[in-house]
This record gives sequence, C-alpha cells and structure tokens, in this order.
Amino acid sequence: MSAREAILSKLRGAASVSANDDARRETVEKRLAKTPRGLIPARGQVEGEERIALFCQMAETVTATVERVKKTDDVPKAVTHYLRSKNLAPSVRMGEDKRLKRMDWASQKSLEVKRGRAEPEDEVGVSHAFAGVAETGTLALPSGRENPTTVNFVPDHHIIVVDAKDIAGDLETVISRLRRKFGRGDMPRLLNLITGPSRSGDIEQTMLLGAHGPRALHLIVVDG
Amino acid sequence: MEIQSPQFKHKARKAIADEQLQRAMGKAKIGFVGKRKKAVDALPEFDELRSSARAIKDHTLEHLDLYLEAYERKVIASGGRVHWAETAQDARQAVLDICRAAGARTVTKGKSMITEEIALNDFLEKEGVRPVETDLGEYIIQLRGEHPSHIIGPALHLNKEQVEEDFRRVHTELPPARDLSQPESLLGEARHILRPQYFQADVGITGANFLIAETGTSIIVTNEGNGDLTQTLPRIHIVVASIEKVVPTLEDASQILRVLARSATGQDMSVYTTFSTGPRRPDDPDGPDEYHVILLDNGRSSMLGTEFHEMLRCIRCGACMNHCPVYHAVGGHAYGWVYPGPMGSVLTPSLVGVDKAGHLPNASTFCGRCESVCPMQIPLPRMMRHWREREFERGLNPATQRFGLGFWAFFARRPKLYRLATSMAIPTLSGLAGRARWFRSLPFAGGWTRHRDLPAPESRTFMQQWRDREVGKQERGAA
Repeated sequence: MSAREAILSKLRGAASVSANDDARRETVEKRLAKTPRGLIPARGQVEGEERIALFCQMAETVTATVERVKKTDDVPKAVTHYLRSKNLAPSVRMGEDKRLKRMDWASQKSLEVKRGRAEPEDEVGVSHAFAGVAETGTLALPSGRENPTTVNFVPDHHIIVVDAKDIAGDLETVISRLRRKFGRGDMPRLLNLITGPSRSGDIEQTMLLGAHGPRALHLIVVDG
Repeated sequence: MEIQSPQFKHKARKAIADEQLQRAMGKAKIGFVGKRKKAVDALPEFDELRSSARAIKDHTLEHLDLYLEAYERKVIASGGRVHWAETAQDARQAVLDICRAAGARTVTKGKSMITEEIALNDFLEKEGVRPVETDLGEYIIQLRGEHPSHIIGPALHLNKEQVEEDFRRVHTELPPARDLSQPESLLGEARHILRPQYFQADVGITGANFLIAETGTSIIVTNEGNGDLTQTLPRIHIVVASIEKVVPTLEDASQILRVLARSATGQDMSVYTTFSTGPRRPDDPDGPDEYHVILLDNGRSSMLGTEFHEMLRCIRCGACMNHCPVYHAVGGHAYGWVYPGPMGSVLTPSLVGVDKAGHLPNASTFCGRCESVCPMQIPLPRMMRHWREREFERGLNPATQRFGLGFWAFFARRPKLYRLATSMAIPTLSGLAGRARWFRSLPFAGGWTRHRDLPAPESRTFMQQWRDREVGKQERGAA
C-alpha cells in the first residue's frame, strides 16, 4: 500500500468519520462549489470616502506611509517626491502593469524606470495593487509579468499604487474578485497580501522594521 | 530532534535557576499578553470568530480524507507535485530526494515547526546538503546549535547581549569594532549576511499555515519577508505541511486568519500572507520552476476520533504558552521537544508517546488560561487530564505517587471510613499547627513544604460544619 493509501484509509477508519460515504462526498462538493462566507466584522463595512479613510488609517497603524493623489497622472511626480524625501537615487523597478505603463514617467526628467523582475541592486520597487482591504490596511498583489513578486520583496523601499475604487471593505470581497478574474477554483501562482513593511520581533519581542523584506512601504492612493 | 522530555523535572529546575533565561522570560510574559488583549478588545466579533473558526476545522476534520484528495487534485492541476509521508523519516527522505535530483548544495528555509518536528536540518547536513535558516529567530538559534523555545518566537529565551556574542563569534568577516549594542544593528547584520543566501540557494523550504482544498494553494503567514524570498528566488520550492492544515476554501482561510495573528502577536494581520499555487507559469518573470508539497501524517491520523481529536484544530499561534504560568517559569526548552507549553503538553505525548512525555501533561496548574485564550477553543486542560489518566492506567507514574493515590482511593470509595478518618485527622492536624496556622514541615509532605508552607485545616471537617449549618437552619425554621 502506498503512503497515500495508508494515510487516507486511516483517516476513513477513524471513529469520528461516518460510514455514509456518499453523503460525505456530497457535503464536501457542495462546500467547495458554494464557498460560503463566514462572519465578516463590522469594521470594514463602510462605504465611499469613509472606507478609503479607514484603509489609510489602518495602513498607517502598521507603519506604512500613505499619500493620496487626485489622478493617475500624478503618480510619477509622487514617486519622484518620495525618492527625494528619502535621499534615494532616481531609479525605480517595476513590471509591465498596463496602468503603470500608461503613466507619463518621461515627465520625470532624471528618473530611470527599469522593467522586469527585481535584481539585488534595486533600491525601490513600484507595484500596482489588484485591491486594498480597508478592514486591515492590506494590499493584494497577484504575481505575473505585470507585477513580479520579486519587486515586492527584494528592494529596500516598496511603493504600491492602488486605485481608490479597488479598495474593498473586507478580504472576502477581494476573494470574489479574484475568482471573477482567474476563474473558480483557480488562483494566480502567487497572491501576496501585504500589511505594512517587513518587521521582526525576534530579539526581545521588540518589533523592528526592515527585516528581510522592504524597510519602508509607501502607498499611493489614486482617487480619480 | 532527540526527545528530552523525560528529563523535564531536571531541566525545569535548571531553567528556574538560569538568570539569563529568567530575564528573557520576564520580558516575554508581559509583551505577548498585552498585545493580544489590545487586538482582541479592538474587535467586538472576536469571540464569534473563534466559534466560526472552530466550526470550520471541526467540519474539515470530519471530512479530512476527502478534502486532502480534493487538495491533491488541485495541486497536480496547477503543475505541482504531492508527496505523502507517513513518518518523519519518509518526509525527510522525500525532501532529500528532491534536493538530490536537483543537485542542490544549499537550501534556504522559512520558519517551520514541522521541519523541526522531523529534524530536517540535522538530516540534510549529514547527507551533505547545507540548510540555512533565514527567519531571524531561527537563524540565531541555528548559530547556537539550539532548538526553538517557542513556536512563533524561536529565540524567545535569549537576551540581545547573547545574540551579539553569537554574531561576533560567527560573523568574523565583519569589523570587530562595529556597534551591535542595539537590536536594530543585530537585525541589520542578519539581513546583510542572509541576503546573498537567498540568491545562491537551489531549494527553498517553507512550512504552511493553511492548505486550501478549493484551489490547491499553500499559505504562509509571516512578518519578516524571509519566507517569501526563500520560496521565490530558488529554482525549487518545497512545502512541508501536516495533514490537518487543510481547510476547504479561501473564505475559510480568511475566517481563521482573523483570529490567528491577533492571538499570536496581537497584530490584526501579519505583514505577509502569501498564497502559493503551483510552480512558475509561462509568462512569470520570477518564481520557482518546481513546486512540491510533502504531506505529513506522523501520528496525526491516530488522534482523529480519540479524546485528543480536538488538538488537530490547533493553528500554532502560541497564545496558550504566552499565557501559561508554567511556561513563563521554565521556558520552552525544559519541555524537551519541539512543541512547548500547553499545546505541547497535549501534542507531544500524542506524537512521541506518553511513556516519554508523561511529565508534560503533569506540568500544569490547570488554571485554564490556555483554553480561555485559544482561538480554536481547544480544551487543553481536559486533554492533559486524559493523558494523566492514561499514564496512571499504564502504570507509568512513580510508585510513591501510585501508592498515595491508591491509599486515598481506598478511603474515597468508603465514605463512612473516610469521614471517620478525616474527623480524627483534621482536629489532630489543626491542634498540631497550634496558633501558627501553617506547617513549615510535615512528615510525608516534604515535596510540598520544601518550597511553601502548608495551611493548617480548620478544626472541624467540611461535613461536620455542613451538618451544624443544616441543623441551625432547621432550628431557625422551627422558631
């Protein structure tokens, strides 16, 4: 008997498992097909400006910095400002995201924009989020050439652009949107949920920012 | 790792006398408790979420075989491979086979208790594959040749001066005069040293907080980002997960995530919650070429349907040990295996046998704090009591204890004799104590009085006092 069969037959033989196999199968299939939602806390269940304000507040609580801009065209300028304020070289790494590509990066004269996966020498990564979650100040970023995973983790500074209209109240809403985009039962290779910059509490439980991932997380919320 | 739980008493005694450890534990017991309370108080639905999370796991365990099959189908459909392992040895071998086939010399590792359980590092090293722990706490204890003392804070037993000493001893390529007095500089140095390792490693190994049957996804929940670099940069990603990690759907994972980080570190969400589904896809610019899952049983299937069934709901948040007075006093290493604190006192005997781990379920005051904070509502004290019963049934506790219990049981089963004996013993003890009302020492009770005074009993037994009370009531009623 293979290890697989041995384990499964032990599980089937356990006292807590009922003998009615058809009924069990039906229960499981139904649950996987219906994907029922559990309890959603009231905190994130707010609309419009209130929701965006909650998102910004929760993100700042976890020591992300947040800035709001009126329209997409304001993003390149905001990125340049951020680099200057942190005394960083004018160079950013980003993927092939269409929303990022449509922005007028050439307007920022000395700014170098490198496309593709992040390399060890990259100091700043720019990504476009798929969605935000107001309940916890979280960003959702699927992998792919639009926004490579390495951009989220390799550079010291991570700038995430998110459209205000994509900020949901709760994670369950984002999950439903993922299903619409990628298909039921399917996921992108990777989905990163990011809540603040990296940190560690492993030395005397003092939470310190900048462990192995980015030391700083800057969010640009685009209203228009 | 080698099981040292039989030496619990000896190790606990040493731990209490260890000044460094006591200093570290003093900080530990304040931090976690306050942070959890703050996060829980800020979410009015927390208790309802606990019940909901519990119901999800209960449902999954009833259908565990079917959800594992569904999960496996989805992993394969997304291009991954599933390796079933009945024992720790099977799991280790499966990891090694993958490493060998890839010609791997170095593996990076994200923090994973399951790889501690199967003692993967020692095994790989013996076989010529170098494992590099990348979580800060795990990295520190790997340098020291130690094991984690806490399931989410592996280096909880250490003070920063000890970490500084280790870094100076090992990182000899760095300038000796550098300042390492602050935790920030220690973290910075670990980051600097480990960065190139992610890029050089051939294989990255992580654990899993959840497996999702609906999509064939594995989830890791972390703060540092090391787990993500570990699984993204090498050519091969291996997930080692035990069978009870599976949940039905993405919504179910979301529900349990709401109680996990709050119970563990007092965060609403950990920094990185990462959902991995299969290897790199055709247009992916990064990610591993191969994605493997090792599904480990290692004794868990034998817990299903027994009085220890509910332990399989555990999501490894560490809240039980953070709130345990015994854990606070002795730290994690005294428990002698991978899982310390109340959850370890239930799980360790289940996985390695009560003959080896019998001391652990006895190392509890039954104060009940562990159960009251457990996000999955696991009745930990009740299960420790079950282990004590089993230990007694199998004759594993010492002769004096068995004799004492037998002696007491003889009287307890004979109420008249019991009352007679106590009605004689109680006034005698009361008289002996005199006006002090405390015994500083007493024959046959040295185990107690060596460490604390024994309060002297009242001069009359409970039954006598009760009788008087009832008589008094009747008299008052008659009047």
